[in-house]
Amino acid sequence: MTPDEPLIPCSEAVERLWEYLDRTLSAEDQARVEQHLAFCRRCCGELEFARELRAFLATAAADEIPPDVRERLQGFVRELGG
Amino acid sequence: MATQAIPGLYALARRLTDQSPEDLVQECLLRAYRAYGELADDAAGPAWLRRILVNAFRDRLRKEMRSVEEVSVEDVDEFSLYRTLAEEDPFPYSDTLHLDFLRAFGREDVRAVLLRLPVRYRAPLVLRYMEGFSTKEIARLLDEPLGTVLAQLHRGRKRFERELWDYANESGLLAKGAGR
Repeated sequence: MTPDEPLIPCSEAVERLWEYLDRTLSAEDQARVEQHLAFCRRCCGELEFARELRAFLATAAADEIPPDVRERLQGFVRELGG
Repeated sequence: MATQAIPGLYALARRLTDQSPEDLVQECLLRAYRAYGELADDAAGPAWLRRILVNAFRDRLRKEMRSVEEVSVEDVDEFSLYRTLAEEDPFPYSDTLHLDFLRAFGREDVRAVLLRLPVRYRAPLVLRYMEGFSTKEIARLLDEPLGTVLAQLHRGRKRFERELWDYANESGLLAKGAGR
């Protein structure tokens, strides 16, 4: 992209925020979103919320298992010879 | 190795499906037992087991993933949880509205929301954002083109935001949060 290129609209920037955080956009699109964020405070709020949502999902991934299920599965492993 | 991995495998199975997650873990353990000779390094075991579980899940649900209901993409794509929260302002006394909304969800609530998503959206979302697989690896595991996985992730995120909002309304989480 060139410095003279117009900013992408908010709708387009917001649409790409998760991909932007994932770095799955092309280098050009990454730069377009970045350029938009440098000027748009509202979309920075959207970006922050996208970050929070990702962290929210990651922290919801606890490894909890009921004792009876654990016991049955451990028994299954023993039967297999593990 | 397998015994230590059981809690993580079970948690992953429960996030992927509410259809007999324990059976899915058993299937994974059985496959792992049969293929154990292929594992060169025990240190890679936990990740290897997770891949086997996802493979078993994919095989089990191939039909479901093809026949799953189609979502109206337009409806989902127009929804923004960030804007909806700002407009609806469910916690009028909060200075951190968006964070407080997310904090109202317990782990079982998050699982319930995930299980409301069609499996074709749920699986990539869980694997990417809860299990940390790369998009390329998800494409390999689910045997889908990368472009399809990226589109499913995009729609899955949108649908997840919508379901978070709907679930919070339906389950009374908003009323509880507003009372704090």
